[in-house]
Amino acid sequence: MSVEIRNLSHIYSKGSPFEFQALNNINVTIEDGSFIGIIGHTGSGKSTLIQHLNGLLTPTSGTVLVDGEDIFNKKKSEMIQLRHRIGLVFQYPEHQLFEETVQKDVAFGPKNQGLSEEDVNNRVRQSIKMVGLNYDEVKDKSPFELSGGQMRRIAIAGVLAMEPSVLILDEPTAGLDPRGREEILAQIKSLHTQKKMTVILVSHSMEDIGRLVEKILVMNAGEVVFYDSPNRVFTEIETLESIGLAVPEVTYLMKRLKTKYPEIREDIFTVEAAKDEILKVIRG
Amino acid sequence: MTMEQKVKMIEVRDVQFVYPGNNENESVNALSGVNFHIDKGEFVGIIGHNGSGKSTLSKLLNAIIFPTKGDVIVNGLNTKDHEHLWDIRQTAGMVFQNPDNQLVATIVEDDVAFGPENLGVPSLEIRERVDRALATVEMQAYAHQKPHQLSGGQKQRVAIAGILAMEPECIIFDEPTAMLDPSGRREVMETIKKLNRDKNMTVIHITHYMSEIINADRIIVLDQGKIVMEGSPESIFKNVRALKKIGLDVPQMTELAYELRNAGMDIRDNILSIDEMVDALCR
Amino acid sequence: MLKDVTIGQFYPTGSVIHKLDPRTKLLFTTAYIVMLFCINNLWGYLATFLVLVVVTLISKIPVGYIIRGIKGLVLIILLTVTLNLFMTPGNVIASLGPFNITLEGLKIATFMALRLIFLIVGTSIMTLTTSPLDLTDGMEWCMRFIPFVRRYAHELSMMMSIALRFIPTLMEETDRIMKAQKARGANFETGNIISRAKNLIPILIPLFISAFRRADELATAMEARCYRGGENRTRMNQLIFENRDRVSFVLMFMMIGGLILTTMIKMPLIFPI
Repeated sequence: MSVEIRNLSHIYSKGSPFEFQALNNINVTIEDGSFIGIIGHTGSGKSTLIQHLNGLLTPTSGTVLVDGEDIFNKKKSEMIQLRHRIGLVFQYPEHQLFEETVQKDVAFGPKNQGLSEEDVNNRVRQSIKMVGLNYDEVKDKSPFELSGGQMRRIAIAGVLAMEPSVLILDEPTAGLDPRGREEILAQIKSLHTQKKMTVILVSHSMEDIGRLVEKILVMNAGEVVFYDSPNRVFTEIETLESIGLAVPEVTYLMKRLKTKYPEIREDIFTVEAAKDEILKVIRG
Repeated sequence: MTMEQKVKMIEVRDVQFVYPGNNENESVNALSGVNFHIDKGEFVGIIGHNGSGKSTLSKLLNAIIFPTKGDVIVNGLNTKDHEHLWDIRQTAGMVFQNPDNQLVATIVEDDVAFGPENLGVPSLEIRERVDRALATVEMQAYAHQKPHQLSGGQKQRVAIAGILAMEPECIIFDEPTAMLDPSGRREVMETIKKLNRDKNMTVIHITHYMSEIINADRIIVLDQGKIVMEGSPESIFKNVRALKKIGLDVPQMTELAYELRNAGMDIRDNILSIDEMVDALCR
Repeated sequence: MLKDVTIGQFYPTGSVIHKLDPRTKLLFTTAYIVMLFCINNLWGYLATFLVLVVVTLISKIPVGYIIRGIKGLVLIILLTVTLNLFMTPGNVIASLGPFNITLEGLKIATFMALRLIFLIVGTSIMTLTTSPLDLTDGMEWCMRFIPFVRRYAHELSMMMSIALRFIPTLMEETDRIMKAQKARGANFETGNIISRAKNLIPILIPLFISAFRRADELATAMEARCYRGGENRTRMNQLIFENRDRVSFVLMFMMIGGLILTTMIKMPLIFPI
């Protein structure tokens, strides 16, 4: 499912003294089945942008097309159907859990979609499996008995149970320990490769963005600075630094090594690629 | 008192901590057989996955909870000795993870004053301490702001100022950067390093970000309530495989060096920073 | 939306009234309220109105802003007026179906309405000119003189200031949880009252859990910062009565004196009750 953002602008509290332009004329196309990373420092407009994609916020001007259809210019019921196809996982999603059991909590979304009980149960089972947890083990537990990492995965399952075609995640690894981070990212990656899901990942970790996504959307002050492959974006070190961002550590390393080894490639942002390049150039 | 040259700030002697449950099966052994000490002026990093006992340990050091077995000695005072409770909490200050849930007052400077007010410091002296503490964390300009208008990094710096105003000798940081964005993390880390370097503050820094402790004097690694490794950052991080096995990470440069060595390259295994890597590769 | 709610409704203009010690304002307001219930003729109301006008002008708060405060309570005022108008026995001056309007009823209704309006305006001037923090400090001091409440004065004011600190945080949190549940297909806009109330559960439960978690963490953080109740506690900012407060006290006594005078006036123009 493709998502087109057309001339999108959003102004908070328009006409009041607190008026604030959060987005300014954004034009971005997200192709079906792609894996996009969004980076930008706090307040750059990332959150505002992703909340437009499933209609939580209404644009001040411009619009969003999902598979060519305008999600802000339709009958309400159709619009809601369309929005359900775009799943949004907020930051610290475990803070939205509320039911007595994991089963009931994950079922909240599909139930709201008006599915039959059987369909709901199937979806709950599948989505809990998709986030790497054992359905039979956790289904009757209270979500609040689980560990932090497990709670987060259940919350993500709650969105997956709506079977979205596009999955947007706002910093899904925030506050987790290294293993928890790794597990969540691996699951997101497999949703993309195995379920062919379109994934939009908002993250502060350039390392994670560098090794996962196909295209990076760089935002600053409500505008798009770059929308390109990691190879291109991460070689713009100066521009990125000027807007408070950075590049992965290995990218800095390659740039430093270039003074001694002019033939070394700079468009490298994973440890794996750096190893190969160093072995090739330095060891010969 | 002692023959040692270094003065001990904190001593943890054979500590066990059990979270009591309704019955014996439910009680959880969070720490067992933990022994270490921290010298005055040291910067010690503590790492371990969630549930490894780090937070329990930090609360023991600040006398918020007390060991089931063994002793925690802060600046010569045993935390079991309840008459010294307030002295211990004043000596070993603590900064927590969530910046929102540790600020009490509606105005920044009133929040910084909270600690010394509790200690019964005279009004005029509180004023001086608050001004000094806010200057140290470079937040004077925000003295009259409301906490909820600040960024995460700024809130954490206010929390640090609140502890500084109590004039402690040691600060325990319990994952102070976990909920911050990269710029907030940088601000807070710079503040913590400055306190250790310029004010000779003893720092115990608990974190999941390995890059934050590559300059620490010492690192303690916890797993399942026990200390599994202890030593300089170089000596700890070179154990790439062992750390990954207990759910931890290593700095990116250390990982790269490890990979290069595995591929047969002759490079030392205790590289932590980009500078060291450049040196090693451009010799 | 939710963020626009301003609790305490503080309207800073930097006027002399804003700068007064909160204790002065609290005492003044208390005296004013007592006065309102002692007034027994129109002269008293005229005098009170005059006091209100003068105070409002000095405070530099736009009159429209103050009137907005009355609007919210217009229903209560109307209800009081109607009840008094029709329910008071006496000389009937007009009839409306089975209901009779009496002269006495008219008098009482008018006075009650004036009393309520003056009460609302007077107290809202106090909250508009005093920051919530100052108000809390002032109340803590005043509570020390009330028996039984005295021993809880510190705790009550600490609770109030923590509430003020966390209201904006919890507002933002509510907003975020609402959006997260909307993204899971929750509907808060349609349905009857019962289904709407039921729809609030996915918001209220996470909000409660979060509030309790925050309370727990805050309590630990406060203990770590050596909080042990109000005993032996000092304050950085101590409340100090200044000259402008002393002047206000003189004015307050003059006001009270003036009131006592008006109650003694028996003018033929006005009907004593």
